Amino acid sequence: MMYIGAALLIWIAGWLLNVRLANGQFSDRMAVKIAVPAIFGLTIVIVWELLVIGFQINPVILPAPSSVAERFVQEGPILWADFKQTVLKGALVGYLIGMVAAFAVAVLADRSPFLTRGILPVGSFMAALPIVGTAPILVRWLGSDWESKAAVVALMVFFPILVNTVAGLKDTAAMQRDLMRTYAAGYWATMFKLRLPAALPFIFNGLKIGTTLALIGAIVAEFFGSPTVGMGFRISTSFGQLALDMVWAEIVVAALAGSSFYGLVTSMEKRMTFWHPSQR
Amino acid sequence: MKSVLPVLTVVAVILGIWLLAVIPMNMHLVADQAQRDGAMVQPDTPVARQEYSGLGLALRNPDLIPLTYQFQRPRLPSPQQVAGEMYDTIIGQNITSRRSLVYHGWVTLAPTLLGFVIGTGLGILLAVGIVYSRVMDRSVMPWAIVSQTIPILALAPMVIVVLGSMGVQGLFPKSLIAAYLSFFPVVVGMVKGLRSPSAMQLDLLRTYHASGGQGFWALRLPASAPYLFASFKIGISASLVGTIVAELPTGARAGFGARMLVGDQYGQPLVSWAALFAAALTAAALVGIFSALERVTLRRMGMAAA
Repeated sequence: MMYIGAALLIWIAGWLLNVRLANGQFSDRMAVKIAVPAIFGLTIVIVWELLVIGFQINPVILPAPSSVAERFVQEGPILWADFKQTVLKGALVGYLIGMVAAFAVAVLADRSPFLTRGILPVGSFMAALPIVGTAPILVRWLGSDWESKAAVVALMVFFPILVNTVAGLKDTAAMQRDLMRTYAAGYWATMFKLRLPAALPFIFNGLKIGTTLALIGAIVAEFFGSPTVGMGFRISTSFGQLALDMVWAEIVVAALAGSSFYGLVTSMEKRMTFWHPSQR
Repeated sequence: MKSVLPVLTVVAVILGIWLLAVIPMNMHLVADQAQRDGAMVQPDTPVARQEYSGLGLALRNPDLIPLTYQFQRPRLPSPQQVAGEMYDTIIGQNITSRRSLVYHGWVTLAPTLLGFVIGTGLGILLAVGIVYSRVMDRSVMPWAIVSQTIPILALAPMVIVVLGSMGVQGLFPKSLIAAYLSFFPVVVGMVKGLRSPSAMQLDLLRTYHASGGQGFWALRLPASAPYLFASFKIGISASLVGTIVAELPTGARAGFGARMLVGDQYGQPLVSWAALFAAALTAAALVGIFSALERVTLRRMGMAAA
């Protein structure tokens, strides 16, 4: 009972602190902007810990954050091996393959308006093919190691990047294209100097959608067959052993990998599309 | 209407590639089967055949090529086999039968729609909170954005099993996953939409001495409609995929996800492929319904799509 009371108190204290910080005179400072969500996240973790102890929740249902953190530190080497297998091999390779293929098809399709009108609806239909159906098929074709995961990821990221790139390549004004023509610029010069840079905000939009999809694809595909290493493999076997703290440790790894991958693409976007209104 | 011909062309090209790929993909299996049935196959042992690619094998045994299109347990089923299976299970069966894809489709669709309604409802409420409360904006919004980069879909099966062990079963756990997946797109889209009125428009309302509530109903809410529809379209397909993934651990009883799993585990690729395409068609239909609603609504409101 004491723990539950403490949890309630800490929740109220954290919220009041945030109210003061967010409505106070320094609320537009960078430090406060970071502190407010950090305090919010921290209160949730503490309240979670206290409630798990207070209600004596079975660790098979919900482990306490402290035991997850303990697992995270103890099982470092295993988590690192899983990370290498799933993220560096499966997700990243597949992401790059899907990206290059999408660019190639987008540039090809862009040469003919006829093809563009055909590819976009078909592309959005193919993007709706659920991964649960495609993953087992690809695992059966390509074996259970990381190659099949890369193929699943490539298939998943291909369509969002394709659709966004095709839309982006259309985003130049007739005036701008005419200007290039007065410079006697050919197709490729116009492409690299005008149309690709103009398409970058759209392309990055597709790339950012792709980052999350890539991780989901690589992890879910491992549920359908994998060597004895990998995040999806670890999640399903640890779950079978009722070691939920290990499952949560993998969730933390997945969350960290997902947000840093997204952050990486966003920082590249900031550097390459500094001229766009949304970045200024 | 003018995009019908291009779409058909692209579909025809894809079907052509698919038809060609069927031959090398299935050739080894077909050759093994043909030999068991007593036909002459070049070369004549399975080990020796492994030396050849599927295409090489097809060129040596051209008379086996038609068989690759009718093989019962193919690596890659031919388009007409998938179409036949879909016709059989959608139209050929009574819709209450367990062999009917319509039955399995409804099993998947019901939790999707329930979850979508819950998720979008809560999402709109949270978005209103974020727009009107500075504290919520500052503390919750960053987490709402970060949470979209977390591959939560990969954990859906665990959530289902944990809820099941706590005695929560049936429609609700699957709806929970669907709700979660449609929740954040709606939050992010609605916050953008509710903030889309310009300072000029907000000032105008202030000169009318409009109250906060009037400002919300007359300006902010209508202005958010295009953003809301864009979020709906993302959310409904995410919900459907979430429900399908959530069906995996339920012992594969019913639903699209269960059909895909059954087809994979019991060596019935046709069942998997038919469920796969049926699921994609369902998603396309749901998104199509929202696009149509969007067009009608926005036209009546005198707006263009965002």
